Amino acid sequence: MAQTATRSKPATRSTAKSRRGGAVRGSGGGRFTGESPELLQDYFHEMTLIRRFEERAAQGYTQAKIGGYCHLNLGEEATVVGLMRALRKTDLLYTNYREHGYAIAKGIEPGRVMAELYGRTTGTSKGWGGSMHMFDVEAGLLGGYGIVGGQIPLATGAALAIDYRGGDQVVMCQMGDGTTNIGAFHESLNIAALWNLPVVYVVINNQLGMGTTVEKSSAEPELFKRASAYKMHGERVDGNDVLAVREAATRLVEQARNGGGPALLECVSERLKGHSVVDPAKYRSEESVEKAKEADPIANFRAQLIEAGVMDEDVAVEIERKAQADADAAVAFADESPHPDPSTLFDYTYATPVANDSRRLPADPVF
Amino acid sequence: MAVITYRQALHDTLREEMLRDEDVLLIGEEIGIFEGSYKITAGLLKEFGEKRVRDTPIAEEGFVGAAIGAAMLGLRPVVELMTINFSLIALDQIVNHAAKIYGMFGGQTPVPMVLRTPGGGGQQLGATHSQNIELYYAFVPGLKVVAPSTPADAKALLLASIRDNDPVLFLENLALYNTKGEVPDVVEPAEIGKAKVTREGTDITLIGYSRMALVAHQVAEKLHAEEGINAEVIDLRSLRPLDRQTIVDSVRKTGCAVVAEDDWLTYGIGAEIAASISDGAFDYLDAPVRRVAAAEVPLPYAKPLERAALPSAESLTTAIHQTLDAVGRRR
Ligand SMILES: Cc1ncc(C[n+]2csc(CCOP(=O)(O)OP(=O)(O)O)c2C)c(N)n1
Repeated sequence: MAQTATRSKPATRSTAKSRRGGAVRGSGGGRFTGESPELLQDYFHEMTLIRRFEERAAQGYTQAKIGGYCHLNLGEEATVVGLMRALRKTDLLYTNYREHGYAIAKGIEPGRVMAELYGRTTGTSKGWGGSMHMFDVEAGLLGGYGIVGGQIPLATGAALAIDYRGGDQVVMCQMGDGTTNIGAFHESLNIAALWNLPVVYVVINNQLGMGTTVEKSSAEPELFKRASAYKMHGERVDGNDVLAVREAATRLVEQARNGGGPALLECVSERLKGHSVVDPAKYRSEESVEKAKEADPIANFRAQLIEAGVMDEDVAVEIERKAQADADAAVAFADESPHPDPSTLFDYTYATPVANDSRRLPADPVF
Repeated sequence: MAVITYRQALHDTLREEMLRDEDVLLIGEEIGIFEGSYKITAGLLKEFGEKRVRDTPIAEEGFVGAAIGAAMLGLRPVVELMTINFSLIALDQIVNHAAKIYGMFGGQTPVPMVLRTPGGGGQQLGATHSQNIELYYAFVPGLKVVAPSTPADAKALLLASIRDNDPVLFLENLALYNTKGEVPDVVEPAEIGKAKVTREGTDITLIGYSRMALVAHQVAEKLHAEEGINAEVIDLRSLRPLDRQTIVDSVRKTGCAVVAEDDWLTYGIGAEIAASISDGAFDYLDAPVRRVAAAEVPLPYAKPLERAALPSAESLTTAIHQTLDAVGRRR
């Protein structure tokens, strides 16, 4: 059962209970009516691909093939895929630093995403961005950003440009629950509402910002309610349910596309692992980890699809095998890709070349 | 050739660029109905409408960031930050985003935008409203920082800034808005990063930008008339990129230099210029490079205190005399 607009308590609770049967068994067949088996299997494949990709990313990190920070989408795959399927290819996406899954689901080759993690020239940002800063105009990913909340004004401005030119694109701006307390969040929602811009703000409420729970950081932990301060439609959805996310996001995206203005969508989700690869998440209670495991969106979707007769065990295993192969291929592509040449160090400081550029290496004399 | 104010030159340029290019739009607080705190945008809302002249809420981070996002999609927003003091609220968007987006995504998306903002003291506005913090921006690769001192340069540099594909911080100065100067009927965009020798001379090099470039020029004229000192004056016009070559060439000729800046001394623009001179003209120097800058205090309100804190024609003249005395070149 799609948990749209459950405005009182986190929808994850009911989903967790329904893992083996319950609501799904009772309504499973009905729930999937109108959805083609191919599409549902495709969602299952994409979620699984992102999971396998992230597992390989974690591995690459521990092998020191990936540096810096590395924030994974583990546990958030249903949200990622559901949101991206609500967008057209031409729609634009701004995200935070936890964006590998989004990059893939928005249509970027997994190999290029992995290559960026590996810091190679074939990466989404030619090795200049790394895990936190992926970008691809063609896919409509206008960037992952590492400053919490930094992407929100940018997304708002992109929506302004679309509105200015009378285009029919929509901007989606993804962020975490901890982000909603940053000033930029409030300034941007206010401006977007005043100017009726085609932007949908999406909060992935995985209930943790690093080690701080949403209850400890947000005076009103039901984050979608903040929309009302900006006369904007706010809505909460079960982020572990790919169809529910897609349905809610599609509705809000189309509303924005048709001049209905901005909206705030909160997807309640669970983080399966730590904040980043190196975080053992010691601050988390056993109960919380157990709850996250029970809410695993991929395991649950798999069970539901089998139960509803959308796919059988063999098909599931075949899809999983393909996802693993896709992830492995991404790693192979990254591994074989060239490193950037140090002679390109000054290529991207300015778009319009400047007179008297003071480009230089630390050891170079000025004159 | 018409004689107009610095304010008028800015206004005319904005209007002409908006007429020329549909992608140019103005964003800022009180720029529309109120016609701008310093009236640069007077009449533009009436002429171009709310779509192109956007009054914003008091939300510097929000609207500067929105301008960056709009620029990422190819618009050419010109943001007015009421004064540079409030740009600090938007520092994250300017430094972490406007300056970095082109580089950190491997050159995929330029950010063609202008941040116009007045700075400077001398208006008895107290510590938080009288700052010269352009250095904070000139420090950052990815940003360009220009600071015109005359109406003609204001026009040429604003044209260049609007047409440039990078984010440009365009520094104005409250003390300059009513100053007048000749502006040619047809002005070509300036080359960003080029300093201008506004007076040729052989005895000493004076280097300044914005208000202090004018003061340096006036002092040079006076010293020439009264004491026969022949100073060369350089108006930097651009703080990043910095035209080290013009500075060094001049000092190689004159053998000594004084830098005049409105910002604080320690780590200031003058420090960078002095270092550049030492790097490129050390063997030609007859005396240490002197710097005239603001006193290192939060700028006070009381008039005598404020006046004492800011560099002036008098303090610059003293520094020039001291330098020339040191090299035995005072006539
Ligand atoms: C302005 C800023 N402050 C702090 C940080 C460090 N930091 C990175 S992620 C993070 C937690 C953000 O949590 P949330 O918004 O809930 O997103 P999630 O990581 O759960 O996706 C913090 C504090 C930062 N990157 N930027």
